[in-house]
Amino acid sequence: MAVESGEPDLQFRDPEKAEQLTDRLEALMDDIGERVTIMHVCGSHEQAIAKYGLRSLLPDGLTIRMGPGCPVCVTDMPEVDEAVALAEDGKIVATYGDMLRVPGTEKSLDDAKADGADVRVVYSASEAAEIAEEEPEREVVFFATGFETTAAPTAAVLTADPPENFSILSAHKYVPPAMEVVAELPDTDVDGFLAAGHAATITGYGLFEEFVEDYEVPTVVGGFEPIDILFGLAKLLEFIRDDEPGLANAYQRCVSEEGNVPAKETMWDVFETTTGEWRGIAQIPEANLVLREEYRQYDARERFDIDVDTASSNPLTEECLCGEIMAGKADPDDCDLFGEECTPQDPVGACMVSSEGPCKIWLEYGGQPDI
Amino acid sequence: MSDEQEVITEAHGAGSGQMRELIEELAVSRFESDDAETDVPLAALDDGSVHRLANGGGSVVVTTDSHVVTPLFFRGGDIGRLAVAGTVNDLAMMGATEPVALTCSLIVESGTPVETVERVMESMRETSEEAGAPITTGDTKVMGSGEIDTLAINTTGVGIVPQGGHVPDAGLSPGDKLIVTGTVGDHGISLLSEREGFDFEGDLQSDVAPVNDLVAAAMDAGEITAMKDPTRGGLATSLNEMASKAGVGLEIDERSVPVSGAVASAGEVLGIEPLNVANEGKVVLGVASEDADAVLEAIRNHPQGADAAIVGEAVDDHAGRVILDTGFGNRYLTEPEGEQLPRIC
Repeated sequence: MAVESGEPDLQFRDPEKAEQLTDRLEALMDDIGERVTIMHVCGSHEQAIAKYGLRSLLPDGLTIRMGPGCPVCVTDMPEVDEAVALAEDGKIVATYGDMLRVPGTEKSLDDAKADGADVRVVYSASEAAEIAEEEPEREVVFFATGFETTAAPTAAVLTADPPENFSILSAHKYVPPAMEVVAELPDTDVDGFLAAGHAATITGYGLFEEFVEDYEVPTVVGGFEPIDILFGLAKLLEFIRDDEPGLANAYQRCVSEEGNVPAKETMWDVFETTTGEWRGIAQIPEANLVLREEYRQYDARERFDIDVDTASSNPLTEECLCGEIMAGKADPDDCDLFGEECTPQDPVGACMVSSEGPCKIWLEYGGQPDI
Repeated sequence: MSDEQEVITEAHGAGSGQMRELIEELAVSRFESDDAETDVPLAALDDGSVHRLANGGGSVVVTTDSHVVTPLFFRGGDIGRLAVAGTVNDLAMMGATEPVALTCSLIVESGTPVETVERVMESMRETSEEAGAPITTGDTKVMGSGEIDTLAINTTGVGIVPQGGHVPDAGLSPGDKLIVTGTVGDHGISLLSEREGFDFEGDLQSDVAPVNDLVAAAMDAGEITAMKDPTRGGLATSLNEMASKAGVGLEIDERSVPVSGAVASAGEVLGIEPLNVANEGKVVLGVASEDADAVLEAIRNHPQGADAAIVGEAVDDHAGRVILDTGFGNRYLTEPEGEQLPRIC
């Protein structure tokens, strides 16, 4: 779009550079001479790819698939049920707006709110703690979701001596183990990973060294501007051409080898990993973040003894392809429910709920272009 | 799920597919008539209806609109200006650029300060003068406290066009150029920012204004084949409607779509596409290819059209779909689904 005033167009939105990189991708694909599938594990990557129409630029034979890259999408139904149960039990439940419409087994937080529960949208964990300070007579539970980028700020709030009436229901998840699971899936044929730039801002790109060594899959940490993405893809294709399972950082302006060390330390001081379900994908070892013993007093699960009945399930969810999509085996428009029974207004699967969800993004930006 | 009683939701009011389906189901199926004197009937779902007068005395254009907005007074305008401009613009979109008369029907919540209503009425007076559209009749109702949110306004407009001189929104043919008369997204992004309490630096404000004079200048300069004001659902919805009604494809160059720097920046922060939100003082016109430059020049010479641009053209391929060249790659430009909500996490 033409920008009439204000900031000049930033360099990483330079279409000429994009053209040079597209030529580079063409040349690399010619050298490789066979089909290549790259998986990214970040909703923001999908959003940029769709928004800028980057799939229409890709050479024949190069496919980009979406992995488990949206924290809202992978939040499991029982976790939503727990939040709903707490809200219905009279607690103030504060959470990110994207979580409101995620369907639980019976209802979403939005449904609970419509029925009179006190559910509040916040932009950060610290805002939730402020609510607890303002309402000392009430119990305030922060339904804490997201990957490393939001887990670190949640941890920071807990280390800053929050009010006694504040607790968290952690649905925080840790990305690297999910990448391992996807890399091991028998039907997932991933030749390279475009790793999430903002999670790596916290954890550092060095974290992926072991992953690359163990799974022998080239991995590049990438940013979210169109040039970042094309550059990241070119680095991946270079590794694939050279048959080298290498690691590169294509987001140097934000990501270092060590990451944000204080944030990382705070996160690991407060959280430890445990095995848990990622909605639609699998039980993933060491990929859910739970509070360490020292911080258990802030754990809503400990404090309130939540008991959710997850026996019944919405039959429609069995037709939902969210799991296949996040495992890189299907595209959103492969799903029969896509855009028909499953829409952002009435989502069946979680991939249609969040602005980071692959199905929502495909619906918003027109899906796979044949243009 | 399916046995639940169907209810109207906010998404039905967001101006795109769901709303059209509802109107088809509730209204068109009941009110449609096959009156031969009607050039543009209800079923066309255009900005107004067009009815031939006897003895070749031209055609009468009728349109109506109800207005609710939060807050009532916003940067760049208020509900009164919106109500008058909205109806004047709907008449203009049918080619009726000299409104004969408008109505003003108020529904007010009990407890509303008289001063608030006065301010709104004064704004309606000023805007009707600006547009040359006299308000000649009206109605007032008061509802109980909490039964309505402060104030709602209905305005109906009547205009006259020469017989056959109306402009439908379905008239695009392959080869027609598409002109947008100024920066898009100003009203929607400005209101969303204000509602969410974001105080963006810069001059974000609504573009609400009557555009009948601008449209008259464009119509004088060349053949306008189709016209629409991209209000709810934004430019994306208007383009999709125009493509689908005419059975043509549209190719749009995103880089040539005028967007102000303030709107582009705020849109990025909020996670809202400027092309998906309401405008209240802009027009998208289909123009016969040979007239496109002359029409563009006429629009640019008008005080409201300085930022106008040719943004694309109608094509034979991809009937009913809009293709957006982003400057990087191509994608489909789809209608936004439901209310546009700011990104939160």
